[in-house]
Amino acid sequence: MNVTLQVWRQAGPSAPGGMVRYEANDISPDASFLEMLDVVNERLMAAGEVPIAFDHDCREGICGSCSLMINGVAHGPNKGTATCQLHMRSFADGREISVEPWRSRAFPILRDLVVSREAFDRIIAAGGYISAPTGSAIDGNATLIAKDEVDTAMDAAQCIGCGACVAACPNGSASLFTAAKITHLGLLPQGQPERGLRARRMVEQMDIEGFGGCTLYGECQEACPKLISIDTITRMNRDYLRAAVAPVRAVVSESD
Amino acid sequence: MELRSKVPAGPIELKWDKHRFEMKLVNPANKRKFTVIVVGSGLAGGAAAATLSELGYRVKCFCFQDSPRRAHSIAAQGGINAAKNYRNDGDSVYRLFYDTVKGGDFRAREGNVYRLAQISVEIIDQCVAQGVPFAREYGGLLANRSFGGAQVSRTFYARGQTGQQLLLGAYQALEKEVARGGVTMYSRTEMLDVVVIDGRARGIVVRDLVTGKIESHAADAVVLGTGGYGNVFYLSTNAKGSNATAIWRAHKRGAAFANPCYTQIHPTCIPVSGEYQSKLTLMSESLRNDGRVWVPAAAGDERAPDQIPESERDYYLERRYPSFGNLAPRDIASRAAKAVCDEGRGVGPTRLGVYLDFADAIQRVGASTIRERYGNLFEMYGRITDEDPYRVPMRIFPAVHYTMGGLWVDYNLMSTIPGLHVIGEANFSDHGANRLGASALMQGLADGYFVLPSTIGDYLASEKPAPVDTTHPEFRLTEGEVADRTRKLLAIKGKRTVDSFHRELGRIMWEQCGMARTATGLEQAIVQIPSLREEFWRNVNVPGSDAELNQAVEKAGRVADFLELGELMCRDALHREESCGGHFREEYQTADGEARRDDDRFAYVAAWAYTGDHAAPRLCKEPLDFEYVHLAQRSYK
Amino acid sequence: MNRVQALWKSSVGKKAVMAVSGLLLVAYLVTHVLANLLVFQGPEKINLYSRLLHGTGGALWVARLALLAAVVVHIVAAVQLTRRSQVARPVGYAGGRRPQVSTLASRSIRWGGVLILVFIVYHVLHFTVGIVHTSFVEGDPYHNVVAGFANLLVVAFYELALVAVGLHLYHGLWSSGRSLGVSQPSPRPLRRQLAVALSLIVWAGFTVIPLAVYAGVIR
Repeated sequence: MNVTLQVWRQAGPSAPGGMVRYEANDISPDASFLEMLDVVNERLMAAGEVPIAFDHDCREGICGSCSLMINGVAHGPNKGTATCQLHMRSFADGREISVEPWRSRAFPILRDLVVSREAFDRIIAAGGYISAPTGSAIDGNATLIAKDEVDTAMDAAQCIGCGACVAACPNGSASLFTAAKITHLGLLPQGQPERGLRARRMVEQMDIEGFGGCTLYGECQEACPKLISIDTITRMNRDYLRAAVAPVRAVVSESD
Repeated sequence: MELRSKVPAGPIELKWDKHRFEMKLVNPANKRKFTVIVVGSGLAGGAAAATLSELGYRVKCFCFQDSPRRAHSIAAQGGINAAKNYRNDGDSVYRLFYDTVKGGDFRAREGNVYRLAQISVEIIDQCVAQGVPFAREYGGLLANRSFGGAQVSRTFYARGQTGQQLLLGAYQALEKEVARGGVTMYSRTEMLDVVVIDGRARGIVVRDLVTGKIESHAADAVVLGTGGYGNVFYLSTNAKGSNATAIWRAHKRGAAFANPCYTQIHPTCIPVSGEYQSKLTLMSESLRNDGRVWVPAAAGDERAPDQIPESERDYYLERRYPSFGNLAPRDIASRAAKAVCDEGRGVGPTRLGVYLDFADAIQRVGASTIRERYGNLFEMYGRITDEDPYRVPMRIFPAVHYTMGGLWVDYNLMSTIPGLHVIGEANFSDHGANRLGASALMQGLADGYFVLPSTIGDYLASEKPAPVDTTHPEFRLTEGEVADRTRKLLAIKGKRTVDSFHRELGRIMWEQCGMARTATGLEQAIVQIPSLREEFWRNVNVPGSDAELNQAVEKAGRVADFLELGELMCRDALHREESCGGHFREEYQTADGEARRDDDRFAYVAAWAYTGDHAAPRLCKEPLDFEYVHLAQRSYK
Repeated sequence: MNRVQALWKSSVGKKAVMAVSGLLLVAYLVTHVLANLLVFQGPEKINLYSRLLHGTGGALWVARLALLAAVVVHIVAAVQLTRRSQVARPVGYAGGRRPQVSTLASRSIRWGGVLILVFIVYHVLHFTVGIVHTSFVEGDPYHNVVAGFANLLVVAFYELALVAVGLHLYHGLWSSGRSLGVSQPSPRPLRRQLAVALSLIVWAGFTVIPLAVYAGVIR
């Protein structure tokens, strides 16, 4: 099959960018979208041109590297599918396809379609963990967890940190990403002691990074390759607000 | 080169305890004076970096991906073994130890494997405490399943995304330490060389993948947790970025490379569909718990699977291995698939595939139970192949998945370069010639959370490395070499792309050093690979410059190393005149086509020392003693 | 930084403030629409209601000030959050971003809000202060309504504004439960029966009056 690509090219973080047109001919419909880009790149290099830079790694929908806005839709037309799992058979022959990087102030473009998502790491570092230093654990079966609870936690824990939620959100909000982690850890008994603190710190970090607020458009849920529900955002709001209004314990210095 | 395994003396169940007692400790106040570099942020590297920081060391952690959370451990699907015996089905530390030694076809160190089995128990507890949402029963207890090659249910899992959840646990612990200031994280930074000063590993040279800048980092010890080298085959289940550069550079600086030919070909992957194919996708082995593997009984049968009556199907695993059936170990299941395809009984458009059929299981337990167990795998299969595995049997074929070989390490996980430690898939330990399912996650985390953080203290406390910083001339020299190599690649401006060389190397490796190997084929490969390498350095086309984000440069450096490593793998495979585990030499098989080991001649670890670019590597042997698990022909019949 | 400041500063806190102020305004709208429907029962009832309301003296002003405060914080928070989202994506998508599931109501909530603000100002001047009314009679809301909706342009503007109010309510009601973290998890979280029902009732109640007057049903 043949498709025409309009690809965002930008030589570096501060270089100007623009859409460039490429003809991708003789592409197998069974090729993945990234394999199609591989073919285009091979041809560009053969013609002495600079290949298109794009993030990718596992190519099986789990590492969260791939991050393409395809025809204005994060990860392209198939629901619950990361770009690497999108196949060319999902496009009509002869069609024009626009390919752009995620757009967010918190995700600066490094080159072409590659953006930096370190803001996500910093949100996790702000509190997206359970403090359980190696060696301190009790037996795994010592704490029972209802199957429903762990299954719901797992639904949220599946987040691959790709950033499609941010890319698809009209506000450029990272609420779904942040909420997924708050939900995952907040549903488990092990996550209770730090639950309030975690929500507060992660939300604060999300704001510091410059992501937009949440208007509950629902676009993030639709774009999420793991179909994480905006119910997680409700939970984040609840945990945050509870923590924000909870009484604060007076700080007593240890030497007293 | 002398290979001292340093496995402690004494009864096997006491070795690790005794060793932990005998190792020197670093005074808590002194820990912060030591800097440890950890390269790689997967299960092994991420866990090690977090734990070392928790202990008080200053840690610098490096990964080439844009975030430590993307390390390829994330893609492990099936599960993680632990000898918890929660099922009361006869499991024990000793049985896990026994299964692992036997599964590895008697080519692993007993002492290491026993320790692994002991630690497996703690790993589960640790991960649960971190919030890993392992599957649970309705009563709230942890769920288990049985997994390829095991007759007990000892595998813990989180849907089909166990690796992801375990890695996120390690990643979160790592980020917690980043926030606390114990770990400095360097993402999009690739290690391109190790710096050895006075015979000890004292730092690394890296390339910032965004700016292209070459930089040095000094430390008191260096830890490599950079994963396996399966991408030498071009097509594998590894991530596109997975590479051998870190371990290969270390090898060239003096670290022996052990058992490079031991590669694991995973039996359940989605078959290749065309020339554009960039990677292969694994379908978790857990599918073999419910799926039945078959091919048409007659060669050249082109009927659709539902048109082939039961009597004209060959459930060859069940037929050949009645007691293990579809759960036969990976190496055996893979070779059996190759054998039926060689007989012309393969299925699918390329005839390189076998059916994995869920019809019986769906009839037995219902489609909804199957959906609950494997839903995400079935969806993934559907997305890739455009077929519905609930109605049509899956087509699967073996693909390169894991490399048991790696840098040689002693019981303390230290390589032959003092101060250079190697953990996880990057080392050679524990799995012998074949890895059992759900054991890779176990080993990565055992090394990262529990073994290395103890043993590295002993090295630092007894060696007391003198302070060194990056102004040392050795750093300047190594930086220069690294920069020269990149410039050289860019200056070639040849006609062929990096991928075209990589693909060709992969084809040679798959054909000559894949599932079945012969002396003739390997000898041929040992001629073909150097000539391909020569052409690479003469005719590769690497566009762009070295002072920018340049994915072609990254790839070129990695492929250049694969072109050297591939040859070593073939040499190792050629020298090992026996069949064991993942290494199958056609000349050495039993009358019914099973692997025939030669314990008299080959019960050793083959560790290769680098002797120069134009010299043959030197073989060093570490003999393997089996005191507890008696050498026997593996039988899964 | 004290906790109120911290709450106000955060995007989640600000949304909670919008939700609370919005719900207060919705509560007011419900009483407002019920009272307005008295117009169908003739001049006595609604004028009586008006007299009762004005007879409460200070309480009416307290309520008015509370509503004004709710409107002000609602708008300030909205403006700040809008600004935040504009800054969050300084460069848009060259090929455009295609909405997938977001409703017209959610996408129009900001401009709809602006329209509603203009409408509120006009509406207060029209029926409360009376300076944009052609024959305003203090204390005779029945007359004011009948006379006020004699003009087609006025009716049209009211109807347009009421569509905006309906849509604003439809998204605002549903999302406020989520912003406050009180909504229950749902297999289809984008469904919103309660919001549909309430916003339809409010919209229909308001919208029928100008039409009834213009059509001569109310004289």
